[in-house]
Amino acid sequence: MDFSFTEEQSMLRDTVASYLADHYSFDQRKAALGKEPGWSPAIWKAFAEELGILGAPFSEELGGLGGGPIENMIVMEEFGKALVVEPYLGTVVIAGGFLKHSGHAKAAELIGQIISGDAIFAFAYAEPQGRYNLADLKTTAKKDGGSYVLNGHKAVVIGAPYATHLIVTARTDGGQRDAAGVSVFIVPKDAAGVTTRDYPTVDGFRASEVYLENVKVGADALVGPEGHALPLIETVVDEAIAATCAEACGVLRKLHEGTLEYTKQRKQFGQPISAFQVLQHRMVDMFIGVEQSISMTYMATIKLDSAERSKSASAAKVQIGKACKFVGQNAIQLHGGMGMTDEMAIGHYFKRATMIESAFGSTDHHLARYEFLSLGQAA
Amino acid sequence: MNLDFTPEDNAFREEVRAFIADNYPAALRAKQEAGETLGKDDFLLWHKVLAKQGWIAPGWPKELGGTGWTPTQKYIWSEEQARADTLGILPFGVSMLAPVLYTFGTDEQKAKFLPGIYNGEVWWCQGYSEPGAGSDLASLKTKAERITADDGKEYYIVNGQKTWTTLAQHADWGFFLVRTDPTAKPQAGISFLLIDMKSPGISVRPIITLEGGHEVNDVFLDNVKVPVENRIFHENQGWTCAKALLAHERSGIAGVARSKRGLEKLRSIATTERSDSGGALLGDSFCRRKVAELEIDLTALEFTELRTLAGEASGKGPGPESSILKIKGTEIQQRLQELVLEAAGHYGAPFLADLGHNAGVGPDYAIDAAGDMFNGRKTSIFGGSNEIQRNIIAKMVLGL
Repeated sequence: MDFSFTEEQSMLRDTVASYLADHYSFDQRKAALGKEPGWSPAIWKAFAEELGILGAPFSEELGGLGGGPIENMIVMEEFGKALVVEPYLGTVVIAGGFLKHSGHAKAAELIGQIISGDAIFAFAYAEPQGRYNLADLKTTAKKDGGSYVLNGHKAVVIGAPYATHLIVTARTDGGQRDAAGVSVFIVPKDAAGVTTRDYPTVDGFRASEVYLENVKVGADALVGPEGHALPLIETVVDEAIAATCAEACGVLRKLHEGTLEYTKQRKQFGQPISAFQVLQHRMVDMFIGVEQSISMTYMATIKLDSAERSKSASAAKVQIGKACKFVGQNAIQLHGGMGMTDEMAIGHYFKRATMIESAFGSTDHHLARYEFLSLGQAA
Repeated sequence: MNLDFTPEDNAFREEVRAFIADNYPAALRAKQEAGETLGKDDFLLWHKVLAKQGWIAPGWPKELGGTGWTPTQKYIWSEEQARADTLGILPFGVSMLAPVLYTFGTDEQKAKFLPGIYNGEVWWCQGYSEPGAGSDLASLKTKAERITADDGKEYYIVNGQKTWTTLAQHADWGFFLVRTDPTAKPQAGISFLLIDMKSPGISVRPIITLEGGHEVNDVFLDNVKVPVENRIFHENQGWTCAKALLAHERSGIAGVARSKRGLEKLRSIATTERSDSGGALLGDSFCRRKVAELEIDLTALEFTELRTLAGEASGKGPGPESSILKIKGTEIQQRLQELVLEAAGHYGAPFLADLGHNAGVGPDYAIDAAGDMFNGRKTSIFGGSNEIQRNIIAKMVLGL
């Protein structure tokens, strides 16, 4: 049993943390988000060239750092602490995951472009009607000789405004919610027939509604087996969940630390409000929520390559969802009116925590998935 | 014990329901439905209709313009307003300052200020909290020194800072708690002043809240000259007024009728939204259970409020028990906002509030879901935080 990090992993954490401390303060982030394009290509370039972290989970043969899920976890937790919006999740974790697992012919080439910072991906999986069911797809991909023609509407595609490529889930066969008939495609964002409606999100990201109208892509756009890609999608989404849980751990740590700090310096009734036992117990419960979240994130990350992958990812997401609600809401409560202001960082962590609750499936969704995986179908 | 409404009550309900249907300003309705930001005049449209009808201040004594309604009728009135989604009446003048004025003010003060409140001609704001005085309100530091000016009249010279002042950007006048005796015990040296917001030395600075809105403000007072006759009640006894006002602030905060309406909306959203399996979200067992639990919580609050109301009818004022209403009322409002955001699914994420409704992205009800939920966190903080409310119950009700 060993929960310690290797020297390389600790160095990775230190590198990311110290870079973000210098270049991604709350004010620097606010300035970058407040103007177009709403993220920082220069930071992305630095991630690729100065830090080399866009290759963190890829093998050395591909030009990466030779890491895996634990390296993603380390990077994402640090990103959570600084509320980074740059698309590591969509590009490195998700697109990288699809390329690694699918044995796609162009995987090495595209991963090389990810590592160099040239290819940026967004994951277009959700649809307006589908809630969190990954197989609920109205978007179609019809085979047309040696190519596919895609039609459909993808909802709230996080990071699409920054992307060069989209990973699109679509139905090549079957009924709207059938497990069979689901396929995955890489679609260049500038392909003819792709239009987007871009907007900011409540937690500072940019996203798009993506409309596909007779978008023609080559046979090599297909990722994974045609019509049988749902297990691949589930694998990658579980990896994305583990990475999002790691990000949440960073967010939760900041919410808790910020609250401790604030209550120690805020005086009412002639004493710091941290001296009141009712607030002490609340902060202890918040602390327990943070610690349990870290434990579950480690667990889910370690189990990504095991038979318990899905169950573990859902279990972690449930724990993180509950902690995001409890820790986030109480961080605001204990900051009083100050917690309600846009000028304090705490509210921005709260907003991110709230949106993580429903990312890749709400607490209810994952509790139901866990129930099914652990207890079987209800009688 | 009897839960039925009398035939008279039912007739009253029909009357007020018809009145709202016939008289609610169409322009205001249109703006609300389009999700537009409301301006100063918009806030007062419905107020002025009700003032004309004589229904703007049901809580006031009849001789001052109150309706003379029974507590049950007042309850029906608030239910019908919520049912019709009317814009809430601004509380600062009508339900916060006015009771202080008619309880503690002189005849001259009542004559001078009550009509403006009643008619909606004067917009009031509340100058209570300070950066260093929130939960511990009595530690407030804004200083008022009494002087005799060259004109031979007496004035207070007020210096300090107030914060969280809701909608002060529109205010004509404000009621302020200020320290007139720095040597006395905290509660004993406070006075209650009415200050013209156009007075030289007052400046208002917006505070942007986390959902991006501008509701609250800092108010700075720099050598503001206030005539002594603008003081309500005795010098250094303003805390008595403040406490009375807070009790009124708390009793209105349960918001049962509004939450009932919110629950109806939640049910309708959860009927429209699809679950993972393609049926109505409200058919999903997790969602059903949460909605059912919330309905039960709301029923418990409703009957607790009705019991409080019955107590008031038999002559008991709103006592410390009203803290229960504040705690549970705000918890339920916040829970409703959480569930609407959950129901909105992916479309809770887009930030489109500045475009109003019909932004063309996702369903209308999703547009404000996150912003409302973020903004709603204030309710367990303001008006005496829910921790302070629990202290009040512990001390005043349980005698601990």
